[in-house]
Amino acid sequence: MHAEGRLCISPCLVRLKLSVVNISPDREAVYTSKLELRRPELEEIMPVYRVLTKDGTAFSPEVEPQLEKDHVLKMFKTMVMLNTMDRIMYESQRQGRISFYMTNYGEEACQIGSASALNPDDFIYGQYREAGVLMWRGMTLEQMIDQLYSNVGDCDKGRQMPVHYGSRDLHFSTISSPLATQIPVSVGSAYSFKLSRNGRVVVCYFGEGAASEGDAFTALNFAATLDCPIIFICRNNGYAISTPVREQYRGDGIVSRAPALGIVGVRVDGNDLFAMYNVTKAARHLCINESRPVLIEAMTYRVGHHSTSDDSSVYRSVDEVNYWDKSNNPILRVRNYLVRKEWLTEEEEKQIRADCRKQVMTVFGISEAKKKPNPALMFSDVYDTMPPRLHRQMLATKEHVDRHTDAYPLNAFEPFNTSAVD
Amino acid sequence: MYSVSFVQGQDRVFNTPLSEQGIVGFAIGLAASGTVAIAEIQFADYIFPAFDQIVNEAAKFRYRSGNLFDCGRLTIRAPVGAVGHGAIYHSQSPEGFFAHVPGIKVVFPRGPVQAKGLLLACAEDPNPCIFFEPKILYRAAQEEVPLKHYTIPLGTAEVVREGNDVTLIAWGTQVHVMLDTAAAAAELGVSCEVIDLRTIVPWDEETIYKSVRKTGRCVIAHEAPLSSGFGAELSASIQENCFLNLEAPIVRVAGADTPFPHIFEVFYLPDRLRCLDAIKHVVNF
Repeated sequence: MHAEGRLCISPCLVRLKLSVVNISPDREAVYTSKLELRRPELEEIMPVYRVLTKDGTAFSPEVEPQLEKDHVLKMFKTMVMLNTMDRIMYESQRQGRISFYMTNYGEEACQIGSASALNPDDFIYGQYREAGVLMWRGMTLEQMIDQLYSNVGDCDKGRQMPVHYGSRDLHFSTISSPLATQIPVSVGSAYSFKLSRNGRVVVCYFGEGAASEGDAFTALNFAATLDCPIIFICRNNGYAISTPVREQYRGDGIVSRAPALGIVGVRVDGNDLFAMYNVTKAARHLCINESRPVLIEAMTYRVGHHSTSDDSSVYRSVDEVNYWDKSNNPILRVRNYLVRKEWLTEEEEKQIRADCRKQVMTVFGISEAKKKPNPALMFSDVYDTMPPRLHRQMLATKEHVDRHTDAYPLNAFEPFNTSAVD
Repeated sequence: MYSVSFVQGQDRVFNTPLSEQGIVGFAIGLAASGTVAIAEIQFADYIFPAFDQIVNEAAKFRYRSGNLFDCGRLTIRAPVGAVGHGAIYHSQSPEGFFAHVPGIKVVFPRGPVQAKGLLLACAEDPNPCIFFEPKILYRAAQEEVPLKHYTIPLGTAEVVREGNDVTLIAWGTQVHVMLDTAAAAAELGVSCEVIDLRTIVPWDEETIYKSVRKTGRCVIAHEAPLSSGFGAELSASIQENCFLNLEAPIVRVAGADTPFPHIFEVFYLPDRLRCLDAIKHVVNF
């Protein structure tokens, strides 16, 4: 009763102050007689935080994250490996060996820089262009390429399209295609972490196009009002398939939405590995210590096509793509940094690239040779146990296939074994 | 008056911003990270903004991840059904939409004892559940409810009145309409077996088929519109599985294929008289 009484008094007191309007318990606005329609284009545009110049020089020693040589080399190697896997798997799709692929060209620093600033058990929700995060965390090439081939090693048991990775061990929630749906889900996970006081944060990646979904707005608002320890990382790469940002939003990008919702925000050069690292590190610190969300907008550029089902030359110029690929390339920037530091020679770089290629080609061959999973796996995991009706459908499918073995590609699959999924 | 959040703690029972897609998405995340999440949608009519989260995320969470992740600790509660004057957006019965979605369970109690036992079963079930609470019964239905913990198994129907001539199937408030109709039919010398389906998905085929094989006649009633309502699934399945036992076509008595109207509610609902006419039709066929 006492507590309720106190709650009642507070707004009454505020109302007594006639010069202000109570917007919320911790915000008040003053009255003004000056009529002003606020034009957002006159507001200051949020600057882009950067550590390295395009040629790989740090602006000052103080802003460098002071990472060990081995750590930076590992970051570089992971970026090169991601880029190598992208090239080979993209070609593999062109040859019809896998059904679909999405490259990460141009966004390698955004992924590796942020991933390396997190704790290994911080929980991650992604969109689909974050394979580098998984790679940094230790997902093996074989696990990744098995997923692309939907073979027996596929973490999704052959049920989802390629690039829909997930790993329980690596604390990375399985990717799904519907855009932005993971954002409110990630906020719920962050709240769960807060309740259990486990010292972990949740990180949620999404593109600037997905940020237009209702789920994105509502998730940011939930994270703010429910004080969740979560870092939102928006990869603003200029395009949502063929839609340029001019047709996606008219405000100051995505980060300007953070203050509107009471969220801490920062804009960063997403092609700058160290800037991504520093920003994510600081965001994590704030997020944990104050249990409140942070929104990072990483400015980058989607150098590749949206996916293997898209030809981006139809809607943007080759010059534009070339500028980002050749002059503002996140991998080259790190390479220049490493060379300048004398942590990498041209010879070593060549060797790294050759090693990556060899590893990917080896795994590629192994994964391609593996069988597809037991067709009975089409029926399991819909529920924790299989309902009788679904069980009958499984048996009917098996019985049908057994009568028409020539009509189905059974050789490509493990034996159709219904008892294995009961 | 102490609020629930005062007793349970404000980090356990709390308000969210006004956003259904946010509520369900948030609750999925809670459940996926190990917290038992019981989300409320204020009216079932307003569950549609969360349809994508329910259909594409909650229902497919386990399947698409190869069982690496699941949101089985999720339960969504929502008041449902006619209330006398709820019109278009405070009366809907959307269970048919969700019955078409593999991966979720849909549960529909008919009274206080059922509501407690089935809701606890939903909360403990390792799958995401939607629990529809007939709001017209919130204050109307009174019965002795055990204070102790108990559950009623999901996926099981209940024969609430035994009979030999016609099987009547319903759920929620409509079970009470069916019981009244069965009493009226008894006065005409027709013995009706009334079944409360209780769980829409996965539904109890065995109990339904057993009853229809005995009676040879079946009337299904629900408040939701007729076309593609859950009665259609029941009717088709009964016809496939009890063909040799059926003495008459299965009849569905349902809401009209219109939005749920305001002043016309009495003409819209599958009331006792319409259900009784359906019984007469199948008996005299």
